[in-house]
Amino acid sequence: MTASILTVDDSASLRMAIRIALTGAGYAVTEAVDGADGLAKATGTRFDLIVTDLNMPNMDGLSMIRALRQQPAQAGVPIIFLSTESDAEMKAQAKAAGATGWLVKPFQPDQLIRVAQKVLGK
Amino acid sequence: MTEDPTATFRVEAGELLDQVEQGLLDLGHRLGDMALVNAVFRGLHTLKGSGAMFGFDALAAFTHHCESAFDRVRKGEVPATAELVSVILSARDHMAALVDGAAPQAEGDAILARLAAAVEAARGGGAPAEAAPVGAQQGVRLFFRLPADAMANGTNPLMLLDELRELGEAEVRVRTDTLPPLGALVPNECHLGWDVTLRGDITREAIEDVFIFVMDDMTLEIAPLGDAAPAGVVPVAETPPATTIAAVAPVAAPAIVASAAVSPAVENVRVPADRLDALMDRVGELVIAQSRLSQLANNRHDLLLRSVTEDIERLSGELRDTMMVLRMVPVSSLFGRFRRLIHDLARDTGKAIELQTSGETTEVDKTVIERLFDPLVHIIRNSCDHGLESPADRIAAGKSETGLVRLSAHQAGGEVLITIVDDGRGIDRERVRAKGEANGLIEPGQQIADDELLGLIFHPGFSTAAQVTNLSGRGVGMDVVKRTIESLRGAINVASEPGKGSTITLRIPLTLAIIEGLLVRVGESRYVIPLSAVEECLELSLEDDLRSRGHSLITLRDRLVPFVRLRDLFSTGTRPDPHQKIVVVATGRERVGLVVDQIIGNHQTVIKSLSAFHRGVGSFSGATILGDGNVALILDVAQLVAMAQPREETLRAAS
Repeated sequence: MTASILTVDDSASLRMAIRIALTGAGYAVTEAVDGADGLAKATGTRFDLIVTDLNMPNMDGLSMIRALRQQPAQAGVPIIFLSTESDAEMKAQAKAAGATGWLVKPFQPDQLIRVAQKVLGK
Repeated sequence: MTEDPTATFRVEAGELLDQVEQGLLDLGHRLGDMALVNAVFRGLHTLKGSGAMFGFDALAAFTHHCESAFDRVRKGEVPATAELVSVILSARDHMAALVDGAAPQAEGDAILARLAAAVEAARGGGAPAEAAPVGAQQGVRLFFRLPADAMANGTNPLMLLDELRELGEAEVRVRTDTLPPLGALVPNECHLGWDVTLRGDITREAIEDVFIFVMDDMTLEIAPLGDAAPAGVVPVAETPPATTIAAVAPVAAPAIVASAAVSPAVENVRVPADRLDALMDRVGELVIAQSRLSQLANNRHDLLLRSVTEDIERLSGELRDTMMVLRMVPVSSLFGRFRRLIHDLARDTGKAIELQTSGETTEVDKTVIERLFDPLVHIIRNSCDHGLESPADRIAAGKSETGLVRLSAHQAGGEVLITIVDDGRGIDRERVRAKGEANGLIEPGQQIADDELLGLIFHPGFSTAAQVTNLSGRGVGMDVVKRTIESLRGAINVASEPGKGSTITLRIPLTLAIIEGLLVRVGESRYVIPLSAVEECLELSLEDDLRSRGHSLITLRDRLVPFVRLRDLFSTGTRPDPHQKIVVVATGRERVGLVVDQIIGNHQTVIKSLSAFHRGVGSFSGATILGDGNVALILDVAQLVAMAQPREETLRAAS
């Protein structure tokens, strides 16, 4: 069964890179361009993993994570956020919002795949 | 969209480099500004990271050195110096060349050599320490317990156990001692603990790596195998230490072989604002010349001339519209600046505040955006300081601990609506009333409509804060906010629900350069009244005029509305037309009738500002040139209303 992953990022290049890496590793990837879009795409369904940027227009990542965790259907869905630097305060905020883990930008495709495997299993 | 992230990256890299450049230029003036240092660092950091991801290895390697230098500035190891800023600026140009794939290696080496020298000159000595590696062990015994909400937040304990098993031979035993009774058990909460014995050459880092995402909130005890039981809680290791700048080894730069099809980036041109203004002026004059031409053509029966005139009319209209769009910038540039403000306010007030924004892509004239900043700062400060409650009060009121401030923008017709919503305690009407009575704005016990009561906060010198805090109450009141918004030909509105919060709505015209007006005649001259302020037009018959001569008031739906005879105000010395009109204009809740001789009609026009000599003339906000070449002055409604209003108040008080 192919695991489905939602990637939420306002940077088109990063989205593309994430999609190429994850589809290459055998995952099915859906893209969203900002928090509002991500929330809309995730609502009513259940992705196996959500990978989101934090700093985005139209609802930032934190608000989106919070909104998602409000939905009972999204309980337990792993949410990985991308942070530009290993900022402890940001991490704490995202964790408090309900994020599962993080990936520090920049990352190589295999780091992303490793994180995906870490939360989804191999 | 092509499937080539590289091309997209080029565009983004260009933007990043612009930000870095701006940051550096600002930093050059304010060397101690850590916010700028951080901004530059982030820009370099992102560039390096993305560069590496998209195969721009030389760029990543080169940028890495600059980033490291800035990281040290950020950490306070090295102060920012003018030389450092200037080196990084030239490095930025080199990065731009690297993005384009055409940069001489020697140039990069020279810059890095200068960079090393600049860092060396700036720092006082002392290299950062390396972290001591943890030695290998025979094996470990560990105990871990996850936070109760870990599973709901997406952590799967089974995956963690699988990962531990990959480290070495593992023996896992579960602890159920803290499991709540069945009735109180929430299915997706995690109340188990695990004892794990791992045999093999296992480092603490490897274990911490498994738990990296939950480290901060979990219980994790690690002890070497052989000890009776796991000892104390292991302190959480923070991120590894800063990368040190190696002395400037020239970067082994693999020549960038970008994909053969280099798709060009979408080009943007920066233009100084005054050139746009000059262009706008020309367009305005063209529109005026065009309307003169139209008028001439309409008086002749030359069909050929008319058809050319119509073409010019259409073209100049389109040209003006295009020109308008050039001046428009998205409000995101404005909203973005409030994140920092909210952060600071949260810190200063000790409240938890979240800022939500929406509609950032809404576009507004650049001048309008700039002038909106101060009023919005004031409103947001008020919301955070007076509106939002302390976390304890919020919890007591059954709200979430974090106060919410929502900032949104959207376009409606020729206006932009900006709303600032908070979910705080709302405006205390009793306090407003008491203050209004104390200041003589309303009679004690006077019946007053709710929105009028709230409108009192816009009166000069009004402040409801029981005590002036160091955030608000800086002598700038909501009256200044209101005046600024009105000078933008906008309007401000407040609504509030006790206990639920307040909403402030700003209506702002999209542009200040064009006005939709009502063209009227007073005596021999013509004037423009901004249409946004016009409420209705009435007839003032000669009898009514004579009857009302004494007090200049008319009754409009049971309300007394004062009116101003523009003929008298402008001393035209002409006789009134037999059928004078009253144009009722309003700012906020205040209404005034303007008596004119004739209403000519709607008129969209380009505003010309008055010269410095005429700035002091209160009743006019600008001028415009009419189709026949004559000048019409634009009435300043806010001023006229303010001029007429006191008379009404004295009258009301006397009755």
